[in-house]
Amino acid sequence: MSERPAQRNLVLILARNFAAQLATAVFLVDAEGTVIYYNEAAERALGRRFIEGHGMPASEWSTVFAPRDHTGDHLPLEQIPLGIAIVRRQPAHGVLQIRGADGVERRIEVAAFPLFAHSEDFVGAIAIFWEFGEAG
Amino acid sequence: MRVRIRGCRGSIASPGPDTMRYGGNTSCVEVRLAGGEVVVLDAGTGLRQLGAELVEEGASRIHVLLTHLHVDHIEGLGLFAPVYRPGTEIHVWGPSSPVASLAERVATYFSPPLFPVHLTEAPARMEFHDASESEWQIGGATITSHAIIHPGPTVGFRIEENGSALAYLTDHEPALGTDLMTQTTEWISGFALAHRADVLIHDCQYTPEEYEQRLGFGHSTTEHVAVFAERAEAGSLLLFHHDPMHSDQQLDAMRADVLRRWGVAEERCTLAAEGMSFQL
Repeated sequence: MSERPAQRNLVLILARNFAAQLATAVFLVDAEGTVIYYNEAAERALGRRFIEGHGMPASEWSTVFAPRDHTGDHLPLEQIPLGIAIVRRQPAHGVLQIRGADGVERRIEVAAFPLFAHSEDFVGAIAIFWEFGEAG
Repeated sequence: MRVRIRGCRGSIASPGPDTMRYGGNTSCVEVRLAGGEVVVLDAGTGLRQLGAELVEEGASRIHVLLTHLHVDHIEGLGLFAPVYRPGTEIHVWGPSSPVASLAERVATYFSPPLFPVHLTEAPARMEFHDASESEWQIGGATITSHAIIHPGPTVGFRIEENGSALAYLTDHEPALGTDLMTQTTEWISGFALAHRADVLIHDCQYTPEEYEQRLGFGHSTTEHVAVFAERAEAGSLLLFHHDPMHSDQQLDAMRADVLRRWGVAEERCTLAAEGMSFQL
């Protein structure tokens, strides 16, 4: 038998295809929290192209963009919406300050939720975000 | 394994003078494994005649693998003669939904008011197995299922036995929202199932022009299937799930279009036809 090639779960494939069509920023991670996709709008907000950010582990993306709360205190992975979606497997929402790889400070609003292919089959998480005030 | 096409029409049975050559029965493929095990891929209307033959030969254990539960893939189950034969063991494999088991989902069809008999009244012993993302053995064959792009829970199957592989992705729209030509293969729906299969049975319901009005319906065009087969390095391709509105002549033209796009020898791309059989 030939060796089986890698295959992403269909939920992740559909999430990526959906994100690729959206003008809103979308950030997609696998079940371990590793970056598997972000779209062009997210590239602009993060100041980093996907080709450069692909494969970043959670420990990196949760620090490299310096997420902070409204008082300026650093937020650990477990307290940012996408981290909550991965660690607690719960949906989460929040407003935070980040610094893009281009050095630009941005205040963003994030909605994140875990992705389950079946009730016990956690395959990853997705965050949709926009610059705070932009949507209103 | 020996494979025989029992039905290859999509959506609805379409008998008539325009469909004589490729047939009008809906999806059903008979697979006989090397050890004699009976595997049936989908339970469309092509299942009826197969059922009569299986009763005739006294088959006592049958595996029915369902890709999904759209009516054209399960409507043969109610008239599958082995279901009414006590002592027969029928194993049904297919996708559950996030909220309902496979048995519950099949029972929705196999019960009044859609069907006069309730599933629980079937004299045969029927066992249901969730095959959403699975790998299991039947005889000496390894069966793999993966969820693939089609509306509702849907899987494709790969059957490997004695170094040969058959891939069956009958209702599949891998091009939805992506460019099959450039996308990384791990992000292409169904790719691992089809990869280097000796025979790839794949959806080819639409022409590119028809697809413009049917985006998201869950099916492929001649262009999609040509690219998919090429990228998956399929040994040969069997075009399947023929549109009920397509005549034999139109299907011939679609095959020619796939061949032109894929650029392979004619014998590597064939239109599935009822009664066709081949050995792997």
